[in-house]
Amino acid sequence: MPKFEYAPAPESRAIVRIEKSYGLFIDGAFTRPKATFPTINPADETVLAEVSQAGPKDVDKAVAAARRAYEGVWGRMSGAERGKYLFRIARILQERAREFAVLETLDNGKPIKETRDVDVPIAAAHFFYHAGWADKLEYAGLSASGADVPRPHGVVGQVIPWNFPLLMLAWKIAPALATGNTVVLKPAETTPLTALLFAEVCQQADLPAGVVNIVTGDGRTGQALVEHPDVDKIAFTGSTEVGKAIARSIAGTSKKATLELGGKAANIVFDDAPIDQAVEGIIGGIFFNQGQVCCAGSRLLVQENVHDQVVAKLKRRLATLRVGDPMDKNSDLGAINSKAQLDRITSLVEAGVAEGAERWSPECALPAKGYWFPPTVLTGVSQTHRVATEEIFGPVLSVLTFRTPQEAVAKANNTAYGLSAGVWTEKGSRILWMADQLRAGVVWANTFNRFDPTSPFGGYKESGYGREGGRHGLEAYVTTAPATLTGAVR
Amino acid sequence: MTRLDVRKTYKLYIGGAFPRSESGRTYEVVSAKGEFLANAAMGSRKDVRDAVVAARGALAKWSGATAYNRGQVLYRVAEVLEGRRAQFIEEVAASEGLTPRAAGASVDAAIDRVVWYAGWTDKIAQVLGNLNPVAGPFFNVSAPEPTGVVGVLAPQTSSLLGLVSVVAPVIAAGNTAVVVTSASRPLPAVTFSEVLATSDVPGGVVNIVTAQTAEVATWLAAHRDVNAVDLTGVAGADGVDWAALEREAAGNLKRVLRPVLSDGVPVEPDWTADPGLTRIRAFVETKTVWHPKGL
Repeated sequence: MPKFEYAPAPESRAIVRIEKSYGLFIDGAFTRPKATFPTINPADETVLAEVSQAGPKDVDKAVAAARRAYEGVWGRMSGAERGKYLFRIARILQERAREFAVLETLDNGKPIKETRDVDVPIAAAHFFYHAGWADKLEYAGLSASGADVPRPHGVVGQVIPWNFPLLMLAWKIAPALATGNTVVLKPAETTPLTALLFAEVCQQADLPAGVVNIVTGDGRTGQALVEHPDVDKIAFTGSTEVGKAIARSIAGTSKKATLELGGKAANIVFDDAPIDQAVEGIIGGIFFNQGQVCCAGSRLLVQENVHDQVVAKLKRRLATLRVGDPMDKNSDLGAINSKAQLDRITSLVEAGVAEGAERWSPECALPAKGYWFPPTVLTGVSQTHRVATEEIFGPVLSVLTFRTPQEAVAKANNTAYGLSAGVWTEKGSRILWMADQLRAGVVWANTFNRFDPTSPFGGYKESGYGREGGRHGLEAYVTTAPATLTGAVR
Repeated sequence: MTRLDVRKTYKLYIGGAFPRSESGRTYEVVSAKGEFLANAAMGSRKDVRDAVVAARGALAKWSGATAYNRGQVLYRVAEVLEGRRAQFIEEVAASEGLTPRAAGASVDAAIDRVVWYAGWTDKIAQVLGNLNPVAGPFFNVSAPEPTGVVGVLAPQTSSLLGLVSVVAPVIAAGNTAVVVTSASRPLPAVTFSEVLATSDVPGGVVNIVTAQTAEVATWLAAHRDVNAVDLTGVAGADGVDWAALEREAAGNLKRVLRPVLSDGVPVEPDWTADPGLTRIRAFVETKTVWHPKGL
């Protein structure tokens, strides 16, 4: 297949104004920047801005502001009024969508076509969806027994990752606010800028001070927030390792937590699947967002008799992907988010090759500056290889085979994770049987990596607990059980 | 001459069989008045692990059974319980120090609780699941599935009503259970295992270990093949630190049903109150399935 030369089509960054340095957003206003560290554009390693490292005292102030806002305003406000604030936020996000998309691409390194078409619109949709719930919570079927009205927890501490900075913010803040909680959110160390721009959206929406507080910093800031005694609930998206540490740290307290953690999804292709369609799904499954997705289809399980055909078509299609300037509207793959992540991907792929996997990447010229990794396929991978068991979180697909549906299920479920899975087959009964057997919170059949505010997302086993999105996602942000009776689900 | 009665040996219930503790140990169980009742098996770490193996082995069939079938089996449990009503009244009265009348009310409530959960099995997915109207041409449905093997620390004081109130929701939702009984009031639980064994509940679906809670709870909470734990029985259990159990449970991110706290101290819930859905919700996972719509 010829690879056509495209003229560069860069999105303009003129729409975004980035400050030299940022303080924290506490109690409705920005603090003076201090103890700053740089956030860089991973595509060219230039410094975008300096942001503040929030210390324990800053976290204290943010939590106190959230508590005041909860007790004074937000917790008492009618659901209808809360909902109207969320509708405002949704609209402002839509109005400023391009600005957010550009800023996200600059700070994260993902292609502009993804931030423009996925991250930002779905973030706005999350606010729009949850806005409508705010005055309808008694209809959500969350009560333990008929009569109880769901109540908010109070102050929610939220820690989010760098792979979908604004979208994860929306997943966290929208349901928290809709249910009447107030929020202290810590964006990821390497991608704080869209969260700080979101603070401006809160100001434009006249959201009462303290309802949303944003504290930037590294893991220490997150730890201070999670361990803060006046935080009632934790919502965390990130690694399973940190998730377990959080689960330990809240043990024996009355703090609640939802944890959205790692994954090692199997994408299972049967011999009767529409192969061309499946190849598109496999590629979307693992190379979307450079594979830096917890639910990425990182383990391709192909039925043995179509293995060679699928791999050949996959390579042919991969050769046409465009890797390069994330701001270019034609780029399919952008930069890896950080040096640390690039090193991790590199070392895991090397481990895979050392263990006997065969490595293949299409020819592609990577930019000289920035953090780049070519789309990579590892064939000849076996169940015990590190690249088949550990989350790589990069554009690397491990290919394994199976013969029977039972074997596919056994291999797919043979992981400590259980976040997502994919099935490709034309046979309806087999899709439903497979969907029943797979121990994963999301099963995509003849599609992959679909997200929607109405659709609950979250894992089984060590992929964490709780759901985000949909009616089920509200559950984590309210208490419903009569406390005297039934115990509290963490 | 009065007839000498034939006493029962109180043993464990694992995988549908009634073994003694592999440790060979027993402990003396006394009534609320301090009179000798029986020597119960003192379950060990190994007994708990055997019980987990049995529960894991029974999971595929039980979780894969139709909800209608699970409902019928649970209703059968209530039927057999009813048939043994007099025996349970006697055991509960002795264990808990209740009058026959109060013990009768407690046993009746336990039977009715099982009936209540029997009726839930085929409603759970309808009440906790739904279609999701996603913004695109996709069929998208979310439904609850059983979490898996659930470790249950049964309440220390309510020896039958409390016990069935924690076991029934776990199995109604399609999970299998490893139950550690009340340490000092284990006898009604052992008799309950005889009810399970004669009620078409497949062996291994519920495994009952009489034990010192403090000795075995840690192993259950830390076990890597257990998917969830119910910590209700920490209330009033000697030498049990529930925070430590929850930390152990974090090792494989078990779902944890915490005890009810009163001023920070675990207390036993009021078992006569409406149970609500909390216990079912605690032990199900929501699975969401997407499929494109098109010609």
